Amino acid sequence: MSAPVLFDLPGPKTRARIRIGTVIGALVVLAVIAFVLVRLAGNGQLDPQRWAVLFDPNSGVPQALGDALVATLKVAAVGMVFATLLGLLLAVGRLSDHPWVRVPVTTVIEFFRAIPLLVVIFALYFVLPSFGIRLSAYAALTCGLVLYNMAVLAEVFRAGILSVDRGQPEAAYGLGLRKSQVMRLVLLPQAIRRMLPVLIAQLVVLLKDSSLGFIIGYFELLRQARSLVEFFTPRFGNEYTFQLYVAAGLIYIAINVLLSQLAKLIDRRTSRNQKVGKVAAIRLPDEGMAAAPGASV
Amino acid sequence: MQFFIDNFPLLREAFLTTLSLSLLAGLVAIVLGTLLAALRVSPVLPLRGLATFYVETFRNTPLTVVFFFIIFGLPQIDFSVGFFTGSVLAVGMYTAAFVCEAVRSGINAVSAGQAEASRALGLTFGQSLREVVLPQAFRTVVPPLGNVWIAMVKNTSIAAGFAVTELTASLQRLSNANGGEILLVLLAVVAGYMLITLPSAYGISRVERRVAILR
Repeated sequence: MSAPVLFDLPGPKTRARIRIGTVIGALVVLAVIAFVLVRLAGNGQLDPQRWAVLFDPNSGVPQALGDALVATLKVAAVGMVFATLLGLLLAVGRLSDHPWVRVPVTTVIEFFRAIPLLVVIFALYFVLPSFGIRLSAYAALTCGLVLYNMAVLAEVFRAGILSVDRGQPEAAYGLGLRKSQVMRLVLLPQAIRRMLPVLIAQLVVLLKDSSLGFIIGYFELLRQARSLVEFFTPRFGNEYTFQLYVAAGLIYIAINVLLSQLAKLIDRRTSRNQKVGKVAAIRLPDEGMAAAPGASV
Repeated sequence: MQFFIDNFPLLREAFLTTLSLSLLAGLVAIVLGTLLAALRVSPVLPLRGLATFYVETFRNTPLTVVFFFIIFGLPQIDFSVGFFTGSVLAVGMYTAAFVCEAVRSGINAVSAGQAEASRALGLTFGQSLREVVLPQAFRTVVPPLGNVWIAMVKNTSIAAGFAVTELTASLQRLSNANGGEILLVLLAVVAGYMLITLPSAYGISRVERRVAILR
């Protein structure tokens, strides 16, 4: 059901009412924006000279934010690669015929899906040292992201493998392929192709979650902004605080919007492709934030 | 074990903080999210645009950044919120975007005949949404809303980075202890989250079976 079903083609009176509503709605939106801008300007936050620091190479700010962006992307890239590979491995393991493989793998997947990512990261960063294993903030953040997301991705891949038409593996077995060959040559290629949009949506979540590095002191964008603020405050007071935080936030939003657009593009391309079958709405238990509600729309 | 008993008050306090944070943020999210979903299907263009903008922005912003803007950004426009209130707002506003998407997919799932019939009976947009479409939409979105709720409970852990002593923060606070004991605390924290998520998952599947519409 698309939205227009909800209301009739408006007649002259309704059109007038909608026009009035449109004007009032627009005025309210503008009033909110104006209010925020006036308050910001009142506090001197819109002073161009305060924003100039973000682009002035002499202040060291652009370089620092650039480094932080690289640090963020480094964690995200390493995390994405390992989470995807381990996720594939776990998905295949969970579908194994041998209980001694299936049961432990299922336990691992369900365990990491059930606890918050930040608890995993804290366990690696604060609890492991009491056992004599000391991880850097970078290692703890990356390992945490990998452990958590590999469990989520394992479920994504498993749903994809199960969605492949049963005739495919049956035909492959009929041709005399072994179990590993059926998985490798027939099931996985189709499953990965089908799950590509969900996979990318989850990788966007991984990139977003790399901002948790802020809490354990890894120098990603937010932490870098914070440390720049701490560096500037003794000299200039709170002059640049707001600007630096806004810059860090905007960089995050920009990367994520780009990746989301990429996901939409791939989604459109794969849904046009005749070879890729339809997947019935895949439910990712307790990973609502990832893809389940929004991506299907 | 003694260590665990000694720190039990702190852990209980932390658990209750996580629980109240989740419940309050959930309330903000469900109210704001439903409102946004209604705006997204409304005939008034600027309202539709506003809701779309809100959802796209919040879905693409890391929750940590939302926390940041609410706790350090709001004072710049002369609103100050405490750490707990700020956390409720941050988690609630972030989750509202996902609730909106879930409810909207539910509205889209209600068959067109229902809305056509209510229009034919002369109900207005607001009436048909309130009396006919939304009650059915909520029934179909119980599972996705449940997923959003469970993910939100886990997301409240980020408040640990913003001076709210909830479960995850208690883990950080107690982490100076010796090996065997800190492992116990870790288990207690994990159990604390499961104490919320597992009954929720069970309750959601019960509700889902009760309200399911046979089509």
